Formats: sequence, C-alpha cells, structure tokens
Amino acid sequence: MSILVDRDTRLLVQGITGREGEFHARQMQEYGTQVVAGVTPGKGGQRALDGNVPVFDTCVRAVAETGANASVIYVPASGAPDAILEAVAAGIETVFCITEHIPALDMLEVMPVVERSRARLIGPNCPGATSVGKAKVGIIPAAIHRQGTVGVVSRSGTLTYEVVQALTDAGIGQSTCVGIGGDPINGSTFVDMLELFVADPETEAVVLIGEIGGDAEERAAAWAAERLKGTPMAAFIAGRTAPPGRRMGHAGAIISGGSGTAEGKAAALEAAGIRVAGSPTEIPALLQEAGVRGD
Amino acid sequence: MKLQEFHARRLLAAAGLPVPPSSVAETPAQARAAAEEHLPAGGGKVVIKAQVLVGGRGKAGGVKLAGSPDEAEEVARAILGMEIKGITVRRVLVGPAAEIVREFYLGAALDRRARRILLMGSGEGGVDIEQVAAERPDAITYIHADPHLGLLPYQARRMVFEIGLREHWKQAAAIATGLVKVMRENDADLVEVNPLAIVRAADGTETVQCLDAKITLDDSALHRHPDLEQMRDPDEEDPVDREAREQDISYIRLDGTIGCMVNGAGLAMTTMDLIKRAGGEPANFLDIGGGARADKVAAAMRLILGDANVKAILVNIFGGIARGDEVARGIVEARKVQTRDVPMVVRIVGTNAAEAAEILRAGSFDTAASLDQAVEMAVAAASAAAA
Repeated sequence: MSILVDRDTRLLVQGITGREGEFHARQMQEYGTQVVAGVTPGKGGQRALDGNVPVFDTCVRAVAETGANASVIYVPASGAPDAILEAVAAGIETVFCITEHIPALDMLEVMPVVERSRARLIGPNCPGATSVGKAKVGIIPAAIHRQGTVGVVSRSGTLTYEVVQALTDAGIGQSTCVGIGGDPINGSTFVDMLELFVADPETEAVVLIGEIGGDAEERAAAWAAERLKGTPMAAFIAGRTAPPGRRMGHAGAIISGGSGTAEGKAAALEAAGIRVAGSPTEIPALLQEAGVRGD
Repeated sequence: MKLQEFHARRLLAAAGLPVPPSSVAETPAQARAAAEEHLPAGGGKVVIKAQVLVGGRGKAGGVKLAGSPDEAEEVARAILGMEIKGITVRRVLVGPAAEIVREFYLGAALDRRARRILLMGSGEGGVDIEQVAAERPDAITYIHADPHLGLLPYQARRMVFEIGLREHWKQAAAIATGLVKVMRENDADLVEVNPLAIVRAADGTETVQCLDAKITLDDSALHRHPDLEQMRDPDEEDPVDREAREQDISYIRLDGTIGCMVNGAGLAMTTMDLIKRAGGEPANFLDIGGGARADKVAAAMRLILGDANVKAILVNIFGGIARGDEVARGIVEARKVQTRDVPMVVRIVGTNAAEAAEILRAGSFDTAASLDQAVEMAVAAASAAAA
C-alpha cells in the first residue's frame, strides 16, 4: 500500500494543454501513473500526450467517460479555485492543486464545499505526491525516489526534494512523499497526512518537514505524541535564520508576534519525542537511530 | 501589502464606517491649514499622527496633540522628517482629537486553523492586543464569520454585547459587520481598529468611532484591485524591493555576505540556515519561484549583485516545475552582463539536471553536487574574498 495515490489511481489532469500541465502530465505518465484524461474547456475532443490521452471540456464528462478518481490542477490562480470545485462536483476523490498565488479568501470560500464532499484536497501551492514505484501526481521529480517504508510529509516543494534525495542517497526508501503546500489556507494538514500514514501498513516511519509560520507543526507534534508513539519519526524545520515580520516567499511563512518561529516548532517536536535535524542530510541518521534500517 | 493609516481609514469610511474626518499634510504649512479646518469650535485640540508603516510610532514621538494652528505647524515640523525605525516620516494625519469615553479593540484576521475569517473583540482597547491575548485570553471574544455569508447580524450583536458596547449596540454591530465586509471586499488579511472608541462630542452626545485603522492586503489578490495597488507607498518601498516585486521574485535583503538564489521558499530558507550553520552569513532570502525562466534568473542575479556586501553567490536549484537547463542558461546569460566579479557556486539538481550540468561545464562554472558541499564552497569563497 501507500497513501493518496497508487497503481489504481486514474488521474485527470486539469489544464493538460497548458505548458506546465502538458510537461508534467508526460512525466507522470512516464513514471507509470495512469493518466486517463485531461480537461481544458473548449478543447474537448482533442487528444493530448501524443494522442494517448483524451481531452474533455468538463470534469464531469471526463469522469463519466474514463472513471477518473483523482485530479491534478495546473490552471492559473484566477481559475484554480473553480477548477477545485469542478473536480469535487464531478466526484473526484483526491484533488491535488499545484497552482500557487491563489488568494486566501478564495480558498476560504472553497474549503467548506470541499469539507462537505467526499473529496480530499491537497494544496494549493503544493508539489503533489509520489507513491514510490506506483504513481506520481504533481511535479516532484521521479529520479529522487527509492522505494521503501518511510512516509514523507512537507509544507514545502523543493525542500521536500532535498530531503527525499538525502534519504535515497542514504539507502532509505520511501512509501509515499506528499507536499501539503505553503499557503495559509490549504486543504490538508500535517495531521491529516499522519492519520493516513498511521493506517498504511507499508509506512513504518515518518519524516515531517515544516517551516516558520502558523502552528501546523505544533499541532502535528501534539497529535504524534498521542498517536504515533511506536512510529519512528524525524523532522526538519526551515527558517531558523528568518527575520520576524518578513514573509519568506510562502504566503504562510511568516514569524508574527513571536509565534511561528523555527525554535518553537523544533521544541514542540522534540517534546513529542521527534528528533529535529539541523540539516536535511542529518535526517537519515536520525531515522536510523530511531530504528529505521536502510538497505 | 500594508496600507498607510490614512488609506485604511478611507476604506473603512467608504464602507460606511464611522471614521472621524482628517486631512493628510506633507508640510508644516499644510498641517496648519488642516488644523484650522479640524480644530473644534469653542476649544479642543487636533491630533497629529505620523503616517508610517511601522508600529510603535506613539512611543517614538510620532503622535502629538496641538491646541492651535501655530502649535500644529510646530508639531508637524517636528514629526515630518523624523525617523521612526529607519523610516522617514513624509506625511502626517491631522484630525480633531476626540474626547474618549472608553476604548475597545475590534479586528478581523485569517484563522488558518479554522479556515475562517476570525473577528476578535475586546473591552480593553488602545493597548497591544497581542499582549492582552497572551496575558488574559478571556478578555478577548472570538467569532468566526461564515465563509460565504460573512459576519451574520446575530454574530455581530453577540460580539458587541460581549465586549461591553451594549449602550451603542446597533452602531457597534454595524461596525463589526463592516470590518468583515471590508476584509472580504478588499481581499485583506487583516482589518483592525484599535482603538474603537466611544467618543463624546462638544454637545455631550456619545457615538462609536474608529480612531485608528490598520489594513493588510493579500498580495496574491492585488491584481484584482488595481485601485488598492495605487495605494502602495513608493516612498516607503525600497527600490530593490520594487524591482523584485516587478520581476515576481521573493527577495529579502539581510546583512550577510553570501548572496543566495534558490527556487522554492522552504529550500531558500534552508539554504540560509545552512550557510549560517557553516559559519557564513546569508546576504538575502531569494526565491525565484516555480518555473523560473532564464530572464528571471538574470534579474535575480542583478538584485544579488546590487548588494555591495555580497562577496560570494550560491545558486541552489532543485528542479521540479523549474527546469535546470533553463536556469543554467539564465546564469550563463547573467554572467555575460555581470558588472562585478564575484565568486559563484552553482548547484543544480532535479528536472533536466544533466542538461544543466552540460551548460555549466561549457561555461566553466564552479559546481557542487550536494547542498552541504555547495554551502561549504560558498562560505569558503566568501571568507577568502573578505580576507
């Protein structure tokens, strides 16, 4: 097993005819993901990826004709909230939104609709997820992975790749790697992903990658202290050198009023028994000390 | 984007909220004229407030009262040109000083955890609300607005009854509703009135007024509010920040010597953290963003080299949505027009890394395979340049 995506995932790519959508749809397909459909309004009837993937005008039509059960969104920020809602309305179970710069108030309006549905939203402003050796959805480069039993969850994009590469280099493979996104309002939290990892028999250890801003890491630490007692974990928090009051790129990454600091988050994680690495390359050793074996 | 108080007051007033009249003055003479207009008939004072985007202006001497046009001119002369936390005061707000009966706090902000707009109110206004929240959390009332309907009338009533505005509940509830409306209509992250006050007019009547206003806008939504974009203060925006913003690059200048160019905010922060850990000092945070093209890389390089403190540059790209070869081509282009010779360490991995390596090899750049190695090389280069 794994979480979120696997061999049975039938993926719909929203924005498949755009530059990013086309490029990454191809990469996902090359990885072995079942890319069953694309949606671009007005381009229904065309075929994408060298004629291999049918393009539909609407999500509901794509789902009806291909049985798509997951979607990934590469449409611009102005259309992305609507794309999320369209996927949810079409009955898609897992929606990944890669798009960045979606206004926060748009996400506030989208989230109650997602919460009322059966769908799970990952992102926005996230890199997606890879269940190693099974399926890759999003933009995470395929080559960094090695199959194994460590689950990785992160608020970041490229920092996730850095950590995964460090694990792979140390011979520690991954079950699923997922980025939940760096925006203040997003669909899934660390705790949501930890719940899935706990229930996944193939995931034996978890790496959590956080950053300054908000309190998602603190909440994850509290949850893990209760529910993940037997699971080896390690963490990394970015932003120890970040000055307070300045937003560090991600809309969510800001130290305000003394809360959301890297030190505070690291302390909360350590208090929950989760070792915090000083560098991505230290994570493999922390996992090994916690009982994870590489190969 | 933070708005100046006078802009924030305009947005509140435009939404029908009670904001006392005021004028903006850029010279002592204008302040004098404004005082003549706003000095209450039959005695009273005007308040003169420095318009800067940093907090603590009261403590810094940027808020003063004046009882006559002469005094207003004198006070304005003292405040205009004053430096508050490194920002030169270029404008003051002049308005009638209110007779305050009681102060309250009312603010609307994004609650990440609940994914709702959170309205916060307190009977203890005019003070630092974060301090109140930390010391006496019970002194603050919290209510979540409906994400689709906004603050409902019963919620607004509950808020104002809870914080002790019973005698003026109709007017105060309209203000509470208005704050959330201002937030939603302008895509604000924060709309805060501190103090919200019961003020007494010369004839003895009491009303509730917004005596200060703080609004922060969501940068991701500014494109749909061109009128608000006009409120950006060119005097308070560093030219370097402006260039970064126009190139859609996240750049924050710090005071170290190692310039960083990274894709992704988390990795950019990590790169800074590792530089510090290796004994170096990062000169900046710089995230060139997803899908960085060659021209953007060149712009990022200009920003970094524009900082005279930079002694070495570390480029750290982990290709995902960004393609390594495009970044590498950008670096080659940037070096052709580079005005100053600074040692540079380049590390590009991930999507199209092999093509990138080829380009960098042809250009004989110093490259590193791992982040740790790249950081070490950059720190060494910076200390060699400083020696």
